[in-house]
Amino acid sequence: MTSVLVSSPYVGPSKSLRHLMINVLVALIPGTLAYFWFFGLGVLINIVIAIIFALIFEALVLRLRHKPIKPHLADFSAIVSAWLFALCLPMHSPWWLVVIGMGFTMIAGKHVYGGLGFNPFNPAMVGYVALLISFPKEMTTWYLPGTFSAESLGLADSIAYALELADIRQWDALSSATPLDQYKTGLQQNLLAIDIRQSPVFGSIAGVGWDWIAGGWLIGGIWLLVTRTINWHIPTAVLTGLGVSAVIFYLISPESVASPVFHLFAGSIIIGAFFIATDPVTAATTNMGRIYYGLMIGILVYIIRNWGGYPDGVAFAVLLANMCVPLIDYYTQPRIYGDHE
Amino acid sequence: MISKFYKFHGGLHLDDHKAESLTQGLQQAGLPEQLFLPSKQHIGDTNKPLVNVGDRVLRGQLIAGSSSPISAPIHAPTSGTINAISAYPVPHPSGQSDTCIVIDVDGRDEAVAVETSLTDDLPPSELIKRIRSAGIVGLGGAAFPTSPKHSRGNDLGIKTLIINGAECEPYITCDDMLMQSYAGDLIRGIGYLQRILGPEQTLIGIEDNKPDAIKSIRAALDSIKLENTQVLAIPTIYPSGGEKQLVRILTGKEVPKGKLAFDIGLFCQNVATCVAIARALDQNQPLISRIITISGDGVRRPGNWEARLGTPIRYLIELAGGYSNADSNARHLVMGGPMMGFSLTSDAVPLVKATNNILVMQRQTIPQAPGYHDECIRCARCAEVCPAQLLPQQLYWQARAKNYDRSEEYHLFDCIECGCCSTVCPSQIPLVQYFRAAKSEIRAHKQTQFKSDRARVRFEFREKRLLLKKQQDEERKRLKHEALKKKNPKVAGDKNTIDPVQAALERVKARKQDQPVEAKNTTNLTPEQLKKIEEADARRRAAREQHP
Repeated sequence: MTSVLVSSPYVGPSKSLRHLMINVLVALIPGTLAYFWFFGLGVLINIVIAIIFALIFEALVLRLRHKPIKPHLADFSAIVSAWLFALCLPMHSPWWLVVIGMGFTMIAGKHVYGGLGFNPFNPAMVGYVALLISFPKEMTTWYLPGTFSAESLGLADSIAYALELADIRQWDALSSATPLDQYKTGLQQNLLAIDIRQSPVFGSIAGVGWDWIAGGWLIGGIWLLVTRTINWHIPTAVLTGLGVSAVIFYLISPESVASPVFHLFAGSIIIGAFFIATDPVTAATTNMGRIYYGLMIGILVYIIRNWGGYPDGVAFAVLLANMCVPLIDYYTQPRIYGDHE
Repeated sequence: MISKFYKFHGGLHLDDHKAESLTQGLQQAGLPEQLFLPSKQHIGDTNKPLVNVGDRVLRGQLIAGSSSPISAPIHAPTSGTINAISAYPVPHPSGQSDTCIVIDVDGRDEAVAVETSLTDDLPPSELIKRIRSAGIVGLGGAAFPTSPKHSRGNDLGIKTLIINGAECEPYITCDDMLMQSYAGDLIRGIGYLQRILGPEQTLIGIEDNKPDAIKSIRAALDSIKLENTQVLAIPTIYPSGGEKQLVRILTGKEVPKGKLAFDIGLFCQNVATCVAIARALDQNQPLISRIITISGDGVRRPGNWEARLGTPIRYLIELAGGYSNADSNARHLVMGGPMMGFSLTSDAVPLVKATNNILVMQRQTIPQAPGYHDECIRCARCAEVCPAQLLPQQLYWQARAKNYDRSEEYHLFDCIECGCCSTVCPSQIPLVQYFRAAKSEIRAHKQTQFKSDRARVRFEFREKRLLLKKQQDEERKRLKHEALKKKNPKVAGDKNTIDPVQAALERVKARKQDQPVEAKNTTNLTPEQLKKIEEADARRRAAREQHP
């Protein structure tokens, strides 16, 4: 009789790679819906364009690298990167902005290093930062939440803006800084934190609409924890790092910094803590290392928000922490069984 | 009674699949037509066959053995005639063949005459000797000869004796069945171990998914009283039956890296080994049979059989109702459990001392197809489940890059190959396979290194020896020369300017000049003799002139 020689174990994995990726996509739904509710169809159009081009770029590069295309596309990792990347963009970004960003994400962020599993930097953040540096105007044109709800701007119009068939600039009067932008500019003009908060963009917590979106990410993040797709170490450490920094400086001078609650809900910190910092490929792998890595991101976000050149710092903080991962992993190896040193 | 147990890191809750093979109770396998006994069925030194083709052997007769202490002899499992002693396939991960003694079974099952002497007064050393001659090895799967372990344990002094009835691998139920069927033998075996090792306490660890086994052992302990002996139902989590893990669960201690359990006063023994010890010492019966589980969705009637060593696996599968799928390509045979077992290439291989289980799987239920797997995404699930607390994903990178120094830095050799990491890997990377390969490559590399080191040392020593000899020769020459110079300054001049050969020639020449050469045989002759010589010479001259 014949028999293939396969090495044990002969028990299958409980979760496949694709299964994990699908979990992440499912977890993104509540936040994405909230985003869509406040910012309109543009968000969904960004996501669709990003996914299409992510798959195209991925297939193209795999072909150039003589790698099997189908199993790699089927692992859904490109879709997760594309979705996360698209969520960083302002709504009604022109289509070419999404395509260029996706090119950076998939090629410069992922495949130049050898594809999934080999990239030291979070691909979506590489793509986002490349755009932020190259196209500062397009990347910072935000509109007041509620301006383009699905009712006020239909699908045809939204597509027209994305394809630049119609000029989005007619809405420029409605463009607005994000709450984090407002804080930054206000503090630079020596306004008091309490006065800055009088602006209509601030809702009850972290800005009209923005706190709902953050809540959506939080629900998805908790679901990721419950399904054990991610571990608690990184999100907890990121939020702790930011929260503790914010509390310290708030206690020192409450008039010159935003409140810790605002910081924890503003901008992209929640999605960053649960979805971006937890990318296993680019995060630390030991439990202790994950805590250091998360704390580092949280503290860096606070530093960048307060003293850096950009209103939010999640992308930069994640990329900087990614650089430290090999070092963190090396110095946080756990004690092995029977090693009493 | 201890109610709280210590935990080891990681581990997995697996579908245990044990109910399938427990429905029928323990059955006797009977005698096949032929038995194939590999002459070596243990870890250690090779045995030599002690019988010849054509010999008739009886049950319990010694047929292969070795003088090495790290070995275990083989006995004939039944009566019959030796048909052949040559290479046959044996159950081994390599799929290789090995020397087997083939017995044509005569069906009469006659035993050699044994004197069953009382063992009550025997000292530990004598008990160990008898265990050794019974050919007992660790029956939990490792098959390490038991007696050297006992001697060492006896020397070192044992505080806690741990009896391993965890049987944590899915599908396997042979120890469960053994504990249910032979609880009395087991307790007597433990009694002997207590006499040999003198422990302060004995802990019998059994996973709590075997309530019947626990019950029957507690009942047996009620009738045969043993001091300070407890049966502990430990939580079911794989791999609780690993020696190091069981030590941790029961005592909270960890076996230090690079050491063995008895180095910290602990001694572990599998339940089946204890039963074999009891039979060897009570009835003078060598190890000739064992209980084996035949299970998996590839056989019709899974169950447990007590079978003679050497029974072909094919025969046992027939007892289990045969293959559920007639297509031989649609099934996969594994010796051992699904987590740590190895594939068999043929069902012609025999049952050996280490065989606890034969798992027959339908091909479509095997998750790992060799070849493509996704890349590692560094999710570290492998590290979360690793009971040795290693970082398998780091080890994988080092092993894949053949970076063996770094592999050892990441404690490759502390990997117990339990398979937890491979099981949880979402990218389905056969991690343990990489680790096994890396380990054997490192071992091979070290072997080569050792050989070349030894060759180098030998070469250097030779060079040194030759150099020393040369120096000594020169020194001797110099001393001789100096001595000569003192004695005869004229002859021995400066050795750099005067060629010794030339000097010798000159000495001869000088002597010749001093004393002209004379024929020594004519010096001391009488005048008559000289006259006779003269006459003879004259006759020769005359003769030459006549006949020129």
